[in-house]
Amino acid sequence: MLLINCPWCGPRDEIEFTCGGEAHIARPADPAALSDQEWAEYLFMRKNLKGLHYERWHHSYGCRQWFNAARDTVTHEIHATYKMGETPPVVAGEDGVVKGGNS
Amino acid sequence: MADSYFRQTALAPLGLAAKATDAPGEAGVLMSEHPLAEHVNLRGDGASVEFLQVARTTIGYALPTEPNTVTEGTNSRALWLGPHEWLLVAPLGTALVATLGRGLAGRAFAATELGDARAVIGLSGPNARDVLAKSCPLDLNPKSFGPGRCAQTKLSRIAAIIAQRDDAPSYEIYVARSVARYTWRWLEDAGSEYGVAIVAG
Repeated sequence: MLLINCPWCGPRDEIEFTCGGEAHIARPADPAALSDQEWAEYLFMRKNLKGLHYERWHHSYGCRQWFNAARDTVTHEIHATYKMGETPPVVAGEDGVVKGGNS
Repeated sequence: MADSYFRQTALAPLGLAAKATDAPGEAGVLMSEHPLAEHVNLRGDGASVEFLQVARTTIGYALPTEPNTVTEGTNSRALWLGPHEWLLVAPLGTALVATLGRGLAGRAFAATELGDARAVIGLSGPNARDVLAKSCPLDLNPKSFGPGRCAQTKLSRIAAIIAQRDDAPSYEIYVARSVARYTWRWLEDAGSEYGVAIVAG
């Protein structure tokens, strides 16, 4: 069971949260101008990384706010959480430590 | 909402009033159902100083801006539900929705009366914290959750709002009316090892 640090509510149990998939995917400014290929890339293609992954999470049974988390997909360790609109924390020097965010 | 003899609390059919005692004795857990009240869900721009000031003028006290805290006025109180969402609780007849509608007119806000959709269960006594700890994942240690704190969480798999009122400790548990009986029976069962007494709400 993960203890997830909601940027608003502080550490809460995983059962209160819903994972919303990869974060920081920018919606194309003019969807009508895209080819089907480009639109499909935006809609469906995800990184599916092994290791550090930036994700959106929703505190669905708590304050109902969306926020971002930097999570390791191998160990499930959540290195940092940060509010929507905030700059992603700087990742991993050689010590593997993620800096910044609300860790 | 006209007065009606059909209008009753979710747990009224259990006849709790007749089972209530004034002398709980050694019971570790005291349970009650609170009477019907106005519960108004208020949404507005919590990041706007101006909105918060107008809301304060309207209800007579400041809305909480610190997450998971409660502020109180003379006959109502406000629970923080989210950065732009609060729950205002007041006795019936306060007409909170009308008051908010007048005070916040012309601004972006939503005030929704939810009182008839809710049940509020009171849980107090020396073992109240133990009972609650069995059913929800909150850290209930007084250092992190004490009087004046509230939280939305899952209580025995149900979405619930939990607020601590005093050091007894006394808690208020807000759940949907449709799951009120389940919640009551769950808490009563969880509290049975400490002894449960039903008291007036």
